[in-house]
Amino acid sequence: MEFFNNHKKLFGTALLLFVFLTIIVAILPAMQNERKNKLLPGAEPLTADAAKGKELFIANGCVACHTQQVRNVEMDKTWGSRPSIAADYAGSRRTDVWRNTATLMGTERTGPDLTTIGTRQPSAEWQLTHLYNPRILVEASVMPAYPWLFTVKPQPGMGEVAVSVPEGYVAKGQKVIATREALQLVAYLASLKQTTLPDGAATPEFLYKRTVKAEGGAATAELDGEALYVANCQACHQPNGEGLPGAFPPLKGSKIVLDDNVELMISIIMNGYEGRIKEGYGPMPAVGVNNQLTPEEVTAIMNHEKSSWGNGAKKVDLEQVKKVLSTLKAPEQP
Amino acid sequence: MSLSQPIRQTMLYGFACLLLPASAYANPLLQQTSLSAQSHGLLLAALVAAGIMFLVALYLLWSITRLNSQVREQKKPHRRERFRDYLNLLNSEQIQKILRIKKLPLLAGLLLYGSSCFAQQTTVVRKLINDPGIIITILLIMLPLLAGIAIMAIKVLNLLQQQRNENNRREAGEFANYLQNEADEATLQTLRDRQAALDYRLSGQELTGSGAPKDNRGLITYINHEEHLPFFATKKKAIKRPDIDTALSRLVVAFIVCAAAWLVIGTSVGEYVGIKFVSPDADHISWLSFGRLRPVHTNTVFWGWASLAMLGLGYYIIPTVSNTKLYSIKWGWYALILINLAVITGNICLMAGINNAGGEYREYTWPVMALFGIGLALTLANFFKTIARRTTHEIYISGWYIVAAIMFALVITLVAYLPWWQNGLGETIVQGYYMHMGVGMWFMFFTLGIVYYFLPQQLNKPIYSYSLGILAFWAQIFFYTVIGTHHFVFSSIPWWLQTTAIVGSIGMIIPVGAGFTNFIMTFKGMWHKVADSYTLPFFLTGIVFYLTGSLQGTAEAFRSTNLLWHFTDFTVAHSHLTMYGIICFFAWAAIYAVLPRLTGKEAPHATIGAHFWLALVGLLFYTIPLMYGSTLRGLLWMDGKPFIESVVMMAPYWLWRAIGGSLMWLSHLFFAYNIYKMLDKKATVDIAATAVAKLEKEYQQAPTPIQ
Repeated sequence: MEFFNNHKKLFGTALLLFVFLTIIVAILPAMQNERKNKLLPGAEPLTADAAKGKELFIANGCVACHTQQVRNVEMDKTWGSRPSIAADYAGSRRTDVWRNTATLMGTERTGPDLTTIGTRQPSAEWQLTHLYNPRILVEASVMPAYPWLFTVKPQPGMGEVAVSVPEGYVAKGQKVIATREALQLVAYLASLKQTTLPDGAATPEFLYKRTVKAEGGAATAELDGEALYVANCQACHQPNGEGLPGAFPPLKGSKIVLDDNVELMISIIMNGYEGRIKEGYGPMPAVGVNNQLTPEEVTAIMNHEKSSWGNGAKKVDLEQVKKVLSTLKAPEQP
Repeated sequence: MSLSQPIRQTMLYGFACLLLPASAYANPLLQQTSLSAQSHGLLLAALVAAGIMFLVALYLLWSITRLNSQVREQKKPHRRERFRDYLNLLNSEQIQKILRIKKLPLLAGLLLYGSSCFAQQTTVVRKLINDPGIIITILLIMLPLLAGIAIMAIKVLNLLQQQRNENNRREAGEFANYLQNEADEATLQTLRDRQAALDYRLSGQELTGSGAPKDNRGLITYINHEEHLPFFATKKKAIKRPDIDTALSRLVVAFIVCAAAWLVIGTSVGEYVGIKFVSPDADHISWLSFGRLRPVHTNTVFWGWASLAMLGLGYYIIPTVSNTKLYSIKWGWYALILINLAVITGNICLMAGINNAGGEYREYTWPVMALFGIGLALTLANFFKTIARRTTHEIYISGWYIVAAIMFALVITLVAYLPWWQNGLGETIVQGYYMHMGVGMWFMFFTLGIVYYFLPQQLNKPIYSYSLGILAFWAQIFFYTVIGTHHFVFSSIPWWLQTTAIVGSIGMIIPVGAGFTNFIMTFKGMWHKVADSYTLPFFLTGIVFYLTGSLQGTAEAFRSTNLLWHFTDFTVAHSHLTMYGIICFFAWAAIYAVLPRLTGKEAPHATIGAHFWLALVGLLFYTIPLMYGSTLRGLLWMDGKPFIESVVMMAPYWLWRAIGGSLMWLSHLFFAYNIYKMLDKKATVDIAATAVAKLEKEYQQAPTPIQ
C-alpha cells in the first residue's frame, strides 16, 4: 500500500493518533481537573516551617515508600476517616521554577500512608526519635535512619530540642539535638490531616466493605486487644510495655493501669495526658479521639494492658467503659 | 476342561444375547427414576451404565463375528497362496532354521486348555423409592453389577483370544506340514534369496570413503578432529558478514559500551537498595539513603542502560533496513554525549536531594531531561532523514516501531515536563500517563522494532506474518495510550478515567497476542536452532516474558486485583518481569547478535551461558517470592491487621529478592566481560590469517622473479 511506503504519511498518522489520544486521556482531564476542583474551605495552608519540611520530604524521596492517598475502599479506612477527594490536592501548585507540583500521592506503601499522620501520631517527640532511628521505636521497621538531620553534642544550647535516644544509639554523655531541618520535617508531618468536608457535602463512601464473619455471636465475641494495642499504642509504649525511658512511660507495673478505678485510664486513652511531663515524659496525644476508638475497642485495649507483661489487674467490662465515656468531655480543640 | 469349538461358540453367542436384553430393559426401568429431581444424577449414572453394557455387547458380537469369518476364511481352498504370504513374513533367522531342519518332523497339535466362564449376573432391584438412602443403595448395587459385567467381558474376550490362538496354531501346523512335505526346490531357492536380501547390510562408509574430504563449495567449516568431553554446550559461531561502515560501527559500539556501563552501575545501586530492605542501617549517609538511591537505580537503568542500548541497536538497524548510509554519524555522537550527560547530572542531582518533586521516573528535573530530549530529537531527525533516502521501496516494520517510539518518547517527555496542566491532581493524571507510556510506548515499542529485525535475522527466515506486525503496531498505539491511569485505581482521579484505563489494559491482549504469535510462529520449523545458538535463548526468554509479563499487567489492572496488589511489591515484581524479562533479554540477544558482526570477535560461549542462566534464575528468585509475599501482604491489609505485621511478614521475601538481585547483578558482570571480549584488541593470533599476511608481505617485498 502506498500509505505504508510513504514515511511522511505513515509516521505522521502514527504521531497524530498518539497525540490525539494523549490529549483525550491526559491533557484535557488534567486541565479540567484543575479548573473544576478548588481547595476545601476548611483547608489550612502550610506554615513556613511545614512548607520547608515538605521540601525535605521531597528531597529525601520519602514518597518512594509513603503514599498520601486514602482510596475509597474499606481497607484504606485505617489511613483516614474519609476517602481522599480531588479537592484535597487542589492546593498543590508548582513547587518552583525547577520542580513540578508535589501531590506526593505515591504508588507504593512499603511504609504506612501519611495522609493523616498529623492526627494519628501528633507527638513531635515520637517523630523526632523515629526519624533519628526508626528501630529505636519500631524494631521491625525497615525505614532508613536520618541522623544527618540531627547533631550530637554534650549539652543542648538555648532553645534547642534534645531527642530521647536510648543508650547504644549515641555515645555516652552525648545528647542528640534536632536540627532546624528535623523540626521542619516534623512540622510538615504534623500538618498532614484530613480537612473536614463542608456541611452538606456528601462524604464519598468506602467500597468493598469487609464482611463480618462472626455474625450472630458478635455480642459476646471479644475484640483482639493485642492487635488493637499493636495498631494504636505499641509505637510509643513498645511491645514489652516498657515504653522508652525519657520519652514514653511504661505501662508495665503502671499505677494507672493497675488501678481498679478506670476513669483516669479511659480519660488518658481518649483525650491524652500531660501529667508526667515533669518526669521527662512527653505529652500523650488524644489517641482514642484521633483514631475514633469505639467503647468495645477501648475495653479490649484496656484488658490487654491490664493483663499483659505481668500486670494482673482486674479486667473491665464494656458497661463500665461506656459509663465513663459518657461522662468524658471532648478534648479542647487547639 | 477342554471345550470343543462348537460348544464354545454357542456359549459366546449365549453371553452376547444375555447382555443385549439387559441393556434393553435397563432403559424403561430407569426412566421411572427421572420423575424425581433428586435422582437426576442416578439416572445419568444408570444411562451411562446401560450405554456401557450396550457397547460391550456390540463389541463382543463383532469380535465373535470376526472370528467366525476368520475360521471360514481358513477353510477355503487357496491355502497355497496363504502359505506363500506366510513365507514372506519369515525373518532371516527363521528361514535359516527352516533350511536346516527341513527334513526333521515338526511337533504339532498342542492341547488347548480352556476354563469355563464364571461371569455372574446380579439382578437389579426393581423397586424404586425417592429416598436418598435408596438411591445411594442402588448406586452401591450398580457398582458391583458394572464390575461384574466388566469381569464377564474380560473373560469372554479371553475366550475369544483362546479361540483365535487355537485357529492360528492349527494353521501353523498346516504350514509346518507344507514346509516339510510339499516345499520344492523352487520354494527353497526363494527362501535363500529372501535370506540374502534380509541379511544385506550397508558398510557404513558409502558417503565417506577413506580419502580426505573434497569440498568444492566451501560447505565444511569448523572441522573438529578430537571430540572433547562437552562440558559446555557447543554453540554455532557468528557468521562473518560483509563489513559495515567502520565509522557507524564505532558509534554503535560506543552506545553499547556506555549502555553496559550504566547497566552495571544502575544495578549495583539497585542491588544496594535491595539490601537495604534486609539491613536498613547499612549506612547513614544522606547521599546513599534509600529514598534518594531508588530513583538513581530506576533512572539509570531506564535512560542510561535500556535507552542507550536500544538507540545503539537502532543506529545499526535503521541504515541496514533502509539499505543506505546513516544520515549523520556526527549527530549520533552528539546524541550519545547528551544522553550520557543527562544521566550523570541527573544522578548527581538526585543523590544531592534535587529532584522533580515525586513523580516516579520523572525524578530528573527539566534541565536534565532537556539534555535527554535533545539527544532523542537529534536521533529522530537522523533516523527520519536516513529512512527518507532509503533505497528500498517499503519501510521495513522495524523502522516503523523504532521511529514511532522516538516520536512518542518526545511527546511523552513534553507532556510530562510542560507546566500548564500539572496543578493539583493534574500532576497525578499526567504522572499515570507518563510513567506507563514511558515503559510501553518507548521501551516496549522500540524493543519490538529490534526484535522484528534481529529475530528473523538470527533464525535466517522471514518474520511469520508482516500483517500481524502491522496489526500489533496500530493496536498498541490505540490501547496502550489510554491505560496510564490504571496506576491510580480507587484514587481521587475521575472514575471514568480509571475505567478507561482498565478497559485499555484488557485491550492490550490484542497487540500482545499478535506480537507473541508472530514471534513464536517465526520459530516454526527452526526450533532445532535454539539449542546451538547463544542469541536465540535470550530471544525466546524475552518472547515468553513478553506474553506472561504483559498479560500479568492486564490481570493487575482489574479493580478486584488492584485491591489486593496495589501499593505492594507486586508492582515491583511486575516491572522487573517486564523491564528485565522482556526489554533486557531482547537487548542482550540483539547485542550478542550485532557485536560480533561489528568487531569480528565473539565472547566465550561459557560466559554468555553464565550471563543467561544467572539472569534468568536471578529474575525468577527475585520475582516469584516477591509476588507471593505481596499477595499475603495485600490479604493482611484487607483483613485490617496492624501495618507492622505486614512488614514483619515481608522480611523473608525481601531477603529472597536480595538473593535474586545478587544473581542478576552477577550476570551483568559476565555481560560486561563478554562485551570486553567482543571488543578485545589483543585477541589470540589467528594462525591462518597471519600466515597469509606474512606470505603476502614476503611476496610484495621479494624482487620480481626473472622469467
